Amino acid sequence: MKTKSKLIKPYTKKSFITYALLIAVFTIVQLILNFGKMSFMMQSLLVPLCVYSILAVSLNLTVGILGELSLGQAGFMCIGAYSGALFSSLMKEAIPEAMVRFPIAILLGGLCAALFGVLIGIPVLRLRGDYLAIVTLAFGEIIKNICASLYLGKDAEGFHLSIKSAADMNMAPDGKMIINGALGLNGTPKDSNFTVAFIILLITVIIAYNFVYSRTGRAVMSIRDNRIAAESVGLNITKYKLITFGLTAFLAGVAGVIYSHNFSTLQASKFDYNMSILILVFVVLGGIGSIRGSVIAAVVLTLIPELLRETIGNYRMLFYAVILIAMMLVTSNSKLKGRITAYTNKLKGLIKKEKKGEIK
Amino acid sequence: MALLEVKGLSINFGGLHAVDDFSIKIEKGELYGLIGPNGAGKTTFFNLITGVYKPTSGTILLDGKDITGKNTIQINKAGIARTFQNIRLFKELSVLDNVKAGLHNRYKYSTAEGIFRLPRFFKTEKAMDEEALRLLKVFDLDDEASVKASNLPYGKQRKLEIARALATKPKLLLLDEPAAGMNPHETAELMETIRFVRDNFDMTILLIEHDMSLVSVVCEKLSVLNFGQLLCEGETSTVLSNPEVITAYLGE
Amino acid sequence: MGFLSNLINGISLGSIYAVIALGYTMVYGIAKMLNFAHGDVIMIGAYVVYLAGSKAGLPPVAAVLVAMVACTALGVSIEKIAYKPLRQATSLAVLITAIGVSYFLQNIALVIFGANPVNFKSVVSIPAIKLFDGQVVISGETSTAIVVSLIIVIALSLFIKKTKSGRAMLAVSEDKGAAQLMGVNVNRTISLTFAIGSALAAIAGALLCSAYPILSNTTGAMPGIKAFVAAVFGGIGSIPGAMIGGILIGVIEILGRAYISTQLADAIVFGVLILVLMFKPTGILGKKISEKV
Repeated sequence: MKTKSKLIKPYTKKSFITYALLIAVFTIVQLILNFGKMSFMMQSLLVPLCVYSILAVSLNLTVGILGELSLGQAGFMCIGAYSGALFSSLMKEAIPEAMVRFPIAILLGGLCAALFGVLIGIPVLRLRGDYLAIVTLAFGEIIKNICASLYLGKDAEGFHLSIKSAADMNMAPDGKMIINGALGLNGTPKDSNFTVAFIILLITVIIAYNFVYSRTGRAVMSIRDNRIAAESVGLNITKYKLITFGLTAFLAGVAGVIYSHNFSTLQASKFDYNMSILILVFVVLGGIGSIRGSVIAAVVLTLIPELLRETIGNYRMLFYAVILIAMMLVTSNSKLKGRITAYTNKLKGLIKKEKKGEIK
Repeated sequence: MALLEVKGLSINFGGLHAVDDFSIKIEKGELYGLIGPNGAGKTTFFNLITGVYKPTSGTILLDGKDITGKNTIQINKAGIARTFQNIRLFKELSVLDNVKAGLHNRYKYSTAEGIFRLPRFFKTEKAMDEEALRLLKVFDLDDEASVKASNLPYGKQRKLEIARALATKPKLLLLDEPAAGMNPHETAELMETIRFVRDNFDMTILLIEHDMSLVSVVCEKLSVLNFGQLLCEGETSTVLSNPEVITAYLGE
Repeated sequence: MGFLSNLINGISLGSIYAVIALGYTMVYGIAKMLNFAHGDVIMIGAYVVYLAGSKAGLPPVAAVLVAMVACTALGVSIEKIAYKPLRQATSLAVLITAIGVSYFLQNIALVIFGANPVNFKSVVSIPAIKLFDGQVVISGETSTAIVVSLIIVIALSLFIKKTKSGRAMLAVSEDKGAAQLMGVNVNRTISLTFAIGSALAAIAGALLCSAYPILSNTTGAMPGIKAFVAAVFGGIGSIPGAMIGGILIGVIEILGRAYISTQLADAIVFGVLILVLMFKPTGILGKKISEKV
């Protein structure tokens, strides 16, 4: 019994510290808000911070737990954003209650993204890692381009759809534009707010931890560590890759819904390749495989440039790029890694010695 | 009926007959050795019966059931588990989780039950922990259950691989050079473990080995592969004193 | 006649993709990595041509030569600093590093050259060819791109078949370890591969920006990705494959733009990639690689 509790402990501890940290930060932010001490700019960042954190945690499941690189995060987000926003703007009259409408939109957006995730995953997940990266990138671009050339309108006769131009829809002149090509979607109800976004983030983090520390998560990590050995103990590679990929897409879709309901207009051009890379930067700098790290990196790396916008300007991305490369060299080159562990151990040793000295 | 019966197994790699018309019959409970010079096709044979490669011709019967051409996962489920020449552990996982990954298909709950922490999650995980620890204890690894697999010393990594294979509850256990890279003391310990597994798990074991001292002590029967073909088979002592075998090993 | 012009333009654009794809395909074949930064080397090459030609007043051919030297140095340094330390690392780590390098090049160009695109002055001075009484006009840029890429593909194939360094490349792409045992200097061969790929990137940059004269820090990104699609389409690791793939992708893009939708042309190209990987992941001329157990 003693051994068992010792074994369960590390991850329950890890996850509960993260939950506690999140709730503490949320409480502090709420207090500052209540006292009216937060600048308008900071307030406007609260929902995006949650959205980026959800995206980073979700991508970490694919990159850190499954060990595959997906560059289509923005694409899944785009699907979630569009499907969720479309649902909400169509249902504004039918379901006036935001408390009812928004959760449905979130679920719907997530499911649509997950559906695409699985559809795209079936053919490509059996390919080598590099191909998966490029296919997800391609897929993200396809989604963005299709969404940007989508026209949807409604008139007395019903819905009109085109992927060419507004005129091509043949809608009556008094009809209402719902999706207007590159200009995107207008009039999405602003259902997102910090509290909702935070709750979804917390749920995302709980889902991520519970997923990793479960039978499925163990199978996924086994596949990551050694595909051939995983097959030899009877693990179904495709199935577990698809589950992970689908879950990542689902959560990215959810993030998209929250994002789209935070602004009244929505344009597909936002969900480009750079967005996917940005999320990847969060995951890598937060520590590949570390869920808490993803959240911290997403928050810190979004806040710093916003706060220092004038002083750092264009150097922001350059700085990210340098850290990204340095991080990979340090963590993946055995020589460098060994040297750094040696240094940190020395440092730890020194600290211990000093502490001992104090006791004496 | 033999537990494993292989008849006329062959595979060609672009004209090279890596395994050529090879047959073997292993009875339940036997400790069987497969030996032969380097490049004789021993590991290829393992890869054939575990579904990594598809044979060009021949049949493989496990417990009377035809498993020829099935994939690795199906074959594992049918009852064959293996270890690898170059150790293949789940490096980043703990020792315990390595074994629990082996238990995967015997203890089930769905992904959703895991994510939402439904009662079956706790019940099953508890049972898995107990079973995994029981297995680890056999290999004297239970104290290291929470250690990361890649941090284990070499000899223990080999043992963990065997424990993980046993976790799938196979009928037949394949060991690919289990003593490779071990010192004499570790090898001696390994021999005991192998016998213990056969006796206590009611296991049939087929092993590939270069270390003749291990083979001659542990295996009851041997087959010798040379250039993909069966050179001879039979009781260990008879085979090892066969002049043809000695020639194949030492050269002319 | 409109179709013919489109077809020729497609072949021309495709030829440029082919030159870029050569860089991807050689590096992938030899270093077994997807060099994400390759597209951005093209952009740097184009900026160097612009600086040396339009700013410093060098003649076009000299400007391109300067860019080739600069890109070669850049490509080899990237390999030494960022990729070489990761030879033993997971493909995930290498891929993320390559993305980091790509990101770095784009943003250093942003810092140096600013966010405003520059107008690139064509390096081609060959007159346009008029066919069918002027109904079909082939610009000098178009014909140059086709001719130059053909010369490059032929020269590169000869180099690999006939020279010692070229055969060393083949050996390393087949089996790094065995090549090393046979006395091939693997590190030198990989450096050489990056050097050739990057020098070609400079030419591709000059050709691309001569045909589409707007140059900014992201100019190389999309063509780079499409050229990778071309390399996969043709069969990764194959030089004639890169040429065939490049031309097919160029033609698909231009015809898609002309007859289906400008907005969706890129989506169509990427759709092709997904279809190829679904039905023939090894591409048109590629071969299967299996993992050793």
